[in-house]
Amino acid sequence: MTIHELRAAIEGGRCDPRQVLDELLERIAQHNPRLHAYIRVEPERLRAALQERLQRGPRGRLFGIPITIKDNICIQDEDTGCSSRILTGFRPPYHATVIERLLAEGAVVMPRANMDEFAFGSSTESSHFGPTRNPWDPDRVPGGSSGGSATAVAADLALGALGTDTGGSIRQPAAFCGVVGLKPTYGRVSRYGLIAFASSLDQIGPITKDVQDCALLLSVIAGQDPRDSTSAPVEVPDYPASLGQSVSGLRFGVPKEYFVEGIDPEVRDAVEQAAKTLERLGMRRVEVGLPHTPYAVAAYYIIATAEASSNLARYDGVQYGYRAANGSRLQAPGSRPPQGDLIEMYLRTRAEGFGPEAKRRIMLGTYVLSRGYYEAYYLKGLKVRTLIKRDFDEAFERCDVILTPTSPTAAFRLGEKLDNPLQMYLSDIFTISVNLAGIPALSMPCGFTASKLPIGMQLLAAPFQEPRLFQVAHAYEQATDWHRQTPAIALN
Amino acid sequence: MAVVSRQDIEQVALLARLKLEEQELATFSAQLDEILKYVQQLQAVSTDTIEPTSHVLPLSNITRPDERRPCLRPEASLNLAPARHGQLIKVPKVIE
Amino acid sequence: MHEPVIGLEVHVQLATESKLFCGCPAAFGALPNSQTCPVCLGLPGVLPVLNQRAFEWGIKVALAFDCELADSMKFDRKQYYYPDLPKNYQISQYDRPLARAGHLDIPAGEGTKRIGITRVHMEEDAGKLLHDPQQPHSYVDFNRAGVPLLEIVSEPDLRSPEEAYQYLVELKSVLRYLDVSTCNMEEGSLRCDANISVRPAGGAALGTKVEIKNLNSFKFVRAALEFEAVRQTGALKEGWRIVQETRLWNTKTQHTEPMRSKEGASDYRYFPEPDLVPFGIERSVVDRLRRELPELPAQRRARYTAQYGLSAYDAHVLTQHRRIAELFEQTVSLYAKPKPVANWMMGGLLAYCNAKGKEPDEVAVQPAWLVHLLQAVDAGTISGTMAKELFVEAIEQQQDPQQIIAARGLSQIVDDGVLGPIADAVIAEHPKSVQDYRKGKHNALMFLVGQCMRRSEGKANPTQVTELLKQKLHQQGQEVTG
Repeated sequence: MTIHELRAAIEGGRCDPRQVLDELLERIAQHNPRLHAYIRVEPERLRAALQERLQRGPRGRLFGIPITIKDNICIQDEDTGCSSRILTGFRPPYHATVIERLLAEGAVVMPRANMDEFAFGSSTESSHFGPTRNPWDPDRVPGGSSGGSATAVAADLALGALGTDTGGSIRQPAAFCGVVGLKPTYGRVSRYGLIAFASSLDQIGPITKDVQDCALLLSVIAGQDPRDSTSAPVEVPDYPASLGQSVSGLRFGVPKEYFVEGIDPEVRDAVEQAAKTLERLGMRRVEVGLPHTPYAVAAYYIIATAEASSNLARYDGVQYGYRAANGSRLQAPGSRPPQGDLIEMYLRTRAEGFGPEAKRRIMLGTYVLSRGYYEAYYLKGLKVRTLIKRDFDEAFERCDVILTPTSPTAAFRLGEKLDNPLQMYLSDIFTISVNLAGIPALSMPCGFTASKLPIGMQLLAAPFQEPRLFQVAHAYEQATDWHRQTPAIALN
Repeated sequence: MAVVSRQDIEQVALLARLKLEEQELATFSAQLDEILKYVQQLQAVSTDTIEPTSHVLPLSNITRPDERRPCLRPEASLNLAPARHGQLIKVPKVIE
Repeated sequence: MHEPVIGLEVHVQLATESKLFCGCPAAFGALPNSQTCPVCLGLPGVLPVLNQRAFEWGIKVALAFDCELADSMKFDRKQYYYPDLPKNYQISQYDRPLARAGHLDIPAGEGTKRIGITRVHMEEDAGKLLHDPQQPHSYVDFNRAGVPLLEIVSEPDLRSPEEAYQYLVELKSVLRYLDVSTCNMEEGSLRCDANISVRPAGGAALGTKVEIKNLNSFKFVRAALEFEAVRQTGALKEGWRIVQETRLWNTKTQHTEPMRSKEGASDYRYFPEPDLVPFGIERSVVDRLRRELPELPAQRRARYTAQYGLSAYDAHVLTQHRRIAELFEQTVSLYAKPKPVANWMMGGLLAYCNAKGKEPDEVAVQPAWLVHLLQAVDAGTISGTMAKELFVEAIEQQQDPQQIIAARGLSQIVDDGVLGPIADAVIAEHPKSVQDYRKGKHNALMFLVGQCMRRSEGKANPTQVTELLKQKLHQQGQEVTG
């Protein structure tokens, strides 16, 4: 059931939200142990929260509807840990702005969807709590870092979810799990309360079963926030109103740089088929160039890790979270004098609290910002970013949306890419430029591999053109059947 | 030729306050070296006349009025602390 | 001969209603960790938003020092680990600060000396770290974290510890005129680090500079620089090299001491703060703020010498504190004799403040009171000495001296009917002095005047008494000589 269907049913009196929640909890109890989409679920608290909502309202657009929340979005007095050991026990004394907005519409907030630790990853394998499994094939990854959210939605363990996207972390898991995921324009949704990975790239966005739900959720969470200096003073249009409009005459760009060697042939075919479908709907195909695409991964990993290394500096055991136990330090004779207990505390807290991918990125980020390397790496990365953004500005003069595959492959096996971090990074090639340029992008299912793994396609648009994305995505969705397919596990 | 030396890694680890085991130092040295070699391809891009983009949105002058807002009750933040001493957060001493 | 080359880095806390990036108050002395919120605590997920008034006050300060304002300023992260720094980075400004290239003129001999100001930038303050004297623990209070700071960096144009002292006095004067900070070194709303090197007098190259911290008063700044100048000069003469280091001033020993070394020079890894957008400094805003500037000390000094004919020295003392200058002008508007009023401001009010260890702002004085005192002295109602005592009493009782005079019947005796018999009595009692006077010893007259004052409990008008005595002595003389 989708959010919009449930909403209609609740309003029509045909459905009791408590029953929906009970069924959801039952399915979670049955399937989550295997899939591990949720780090934890507290059924009684959720039932109590729903009860209170039903009695006291507010009767908003999401009245009585549970929305699943990724572990890096602050919920007041709720464990919020970015799937990391270093934030063990941290309960923020405040809500993220998006949570306040959901609550203001009567939603029930459902913690805690699993994620890659601090959102570093494309597979959810780096979670301190263990990986999440792809519901289409539990030996495979669901993608990352919002793997928990995507799996939950795909396996019908959630009605809809919020994820976060810095380099593709909503879109790629949405593609691997066969659901819809949107990264809004940078600044469209407030980042206040989102535990930061890369401040100039992060956005919170919806992961849903269909385009209509996506439009609805975005219209609830979008809007300028006085607590976020980088949130845009741009009015929020009526997103659901973009659905159902004809796309005849609109142009879709196909970037030649995205269809080169290294894409799985099944992925390429599926996206080519999608292109044909768009043409049948009356859209016109144009070829566009995004010439700086080959440099995107390099620029991204410099900028993102630099910002991340800085954002993660605060996790030091002083104010909250994990602090390394105070061991005694026996000094061997002739050894280096102690640097001080405080510094030991920092060193050990962070060594014990962070997983290997987090450490790797912190190290890389620290290196590229350090004295002597700033110009060659960080500054250079920012300049290449300008060129990448410019590529998109020019491309959008010639088309209304851009069509690409979301990922070069479908879901890979658990453990397959763990040994080679660079290989993992390279698989982000199609999603990463979007974050660098700050433009909105939506991933949706467009086919399956022979082994029944979902394939995702991506639609990109110019800044704040989410209505255009929804318009095209909805038209495509209505002309196809992919969104109605569910993994076998969800049918039980 | 390695881009980063073992000494570079040790220095970076200290700057980042990460205590690395021998094994980690070796692994990270190799991995970071590979990644840095990869990102060096950016040098091939001509950027002499290009301005860096720190912010993708053309926003400026976002401020707030100089007004008081409610503070947290001390307990709300002190309760989060791994160690406290009355109204203060307790940490090991810096040995200068 | 060696000369010291000195530069000063001053941090000023802005007395805004709320902190730089959040809405917490920034009052001094509150209960620990009671003036904090998720933003200034740097909790996961929070974001900074710039305080508009802090921004405008920064611009005003830059204007007051004749700086070049940036067209567009930005913030940067300065990264290092310390428990009083919640995010382990400080939001500061690196390569596009608020303002550059200004100056401050300090008194030098008969004229002034121009001290360059390299830059003025904005940044957030850190919390406070307290050390347990016995246990191996430290304690953190985050109340101060996030308080707005302006960092004002001078060019190394100062050539003596005394000039450094004058610079600080003048800097504080300007900032107090703008009323942007309490500038209190004891409370930490004004802090100073000093940089000093020495070189052969008249030389061009700079020597190795040493940074001095832990300076808690202007006097300590001067003393520490004096010590350092001697230490460095002495070392160089002996053939030693100066080590570039940071030293701490030890008030007990009155020496600077090396700080136990941290791990080498810090790499702050500055990069542009992604959570804050750039800030354009528009012409129209600058013009408005410039119009809002009060008359600053230097301008006021020039006006005082021109308009009131005061000496440069008097003008300087009067204008140092805005409050004193304002009182001066208010008083002169009621009693148009600038010089006596000036003397009273300096010798009376400022002297009182210094004696009591108070700032002029803390002392409530009405211009009318001084006017009444001056008028009473002019009228001969009270003596100058009495007036000085009454001034202090007026301040302490917060009462118009006119009322005090009336209430206590302190008016001087000017009635000859009363003074005459006193004079007669004194003359009769001190024949020797009378004779001395007749012999030409003027001091004898003064003695007799003094005696009259004593007999009248100080209430006699001395001028009148003197005249009266002279008359009587003359008369008597005439009677004697006939």
